[in-house]
Amino acid sequence: MNGSIAIDNTSLLIASSLVLVSLYLSYSQKLGIEKETLVSVARAIIQLVIVGYILEYIFGLESSLFTTLLLLFMAFNAAYNASKRGKGIQKILTISFGAIATGTVLTLSVLVFSGTIAYEPYQIIPVSGMIISNSMVALGVCYKQMLSDFKSKREEVETKLSLGADILPSSIGIIRDAIRTGMIPTIDSARTLGIVSLPGMMTGLILAGISPIEAIKYQIMVTFMLLSTTSISSYVACYLSYRSFFNTRKQLVSIKLKQDNI
Amino acid sequence: MPLLDLQNVSFVNDGKAILRNVSFVVEAGDFISIVGPSGSGKSTLLRLCSHLISPTGGNIFYKGVNMNEYIPTDLRKSIAYCSQSPYLFGNNVKENLDFPFSVRKMPFNEGRVKELFSLFNIPFTFLTADVQNLSGGEKQRISLVRTLLFLPEVLLLDEITSALDAENTRMVENAVSSLNNEGITVLWITHDPEKSQKYANKIITVEAGKINSLEVLK
Repeated sequence: MNGSIAIDNTSLLIASSLVLVSLYLSYSQKLGIEKETLVSVARAIIQLVIVGYILEYIFGLESSLFTTLLLLFMAFNAAYNASKRGKGIQKILTISFGAIATGTVLTLSVLVFSGTIAYEPYQIIPVSGMIISNSMVALGVCYKQMLSDFKSKREEVETKLSLGADILPSSIGIIRDAIRTGMIPTIDSARTLGIVSLPGMMTGLILAGISPIEAIKYQIMVTFMLLSTTSISSYVACYLSYRSFFNTRKQLVSIKLKQDNI
Repeated sequence: MPLLDLQNVSFVNDGKAILRNVSFVVEAGDFISIVGPSGSGKSTLLRLCSHLISPTGGNIFYKGVNMNEYIPTDLRKSIAYCSQSPYLFGNNVKENLDFPFSVRKMPFNEGRVKELFSLFNIPFTFLTADVQNLSGGEKQRISLVRTLLFLPEVLLLDEITSALDAENTRMVENAVSSLNNEGITVLWITHDPEKSQKYANKIITVEAGKINSLEVLK
């Protein structure tokens, strides 16, 4: 392989035969997922082509304002998706957006001010994409855990309330549990980096011809920023949302678990 | 002025009426036994008095002021509630007994714990015991100690002797009776009509969400 990795369309077409392997297995094993596979592949191609052209356009603009607007759009979409996991919690969309935005802004600030990355679209957008999507996943896990804990640990919370405790000390165990659960996937994946997986960003850089020693520096940066952003977002989201489980008289209220939350 | 005054209190949960137009007063120093069949609304009545839930109809007044006017945490420090199934949280007994002190931002008072342990016949070594290793009766007594570390004005007890043997039941009854003699108002749900008459000065019978009778004994 030479330094440049531009894939020509013929190579891509030949590579697409790999999809046939999946389709054949599905057909021969009667898995019944041929249609879903084809739809997914079609969607992936269409979405990526659109994103490719959009990014090409945005990178060409080199406008900080447009880049910021795109980040806000990404954060909003992530918040919307995460909030589906916390249905029943009041102001869940606002909380999710606030949590994702806080985690993203703080992490990006450190990266930009330290000179690790520049506030240029071609650097900021892919890095923010990683940050925002990790926050989204972490928040979804946090909400699910909180909804389940406030239901199963009702007795504990009410016992603490009846001992004269305020709502925060009565729920602190649940809040910490939810934050911990939100962070575990990121911690686990950091622990196995290089042993189980060569992550996407590092693989991409190596494929692009950058030396593995340089590529790991980027991956280390990504690991730091994902740990930071998931912890900040989970912390903000959990501390803002636990109040929804109480009324103004500091009484525990029931939030009905919807099917989507489970 | 009555200590507690329930006026036409109703409680509806998920469309089901648990209590309907319940009214009664509790005077300071009362020892009230609450009796009635399972599911009649007795526990809900105590939970309402402890402000863990609020009535869906009617009002509850504490010392002449609507409960909704009080800061809930202050109210729950004055009106203590011990539930039917004692819940010990955390890993060990000390964590549970430290909680009421930390809520009041006070240091752990070992002397007070020793005093209550001897009152309820609990060996002091239990302080470091794992909560998972305690029997139902031990949990119940530890939970009572936790509630009584700071003496409340009103003590709400929901069938607290159901998990105790005869000897421990007697001991707990005597301890609660002596607290009442010291001026603490007691509302006690019990299944035992005989016992309810032994210590109580009033007996409230709840049936199907209503007060069937209020008997004044002494």
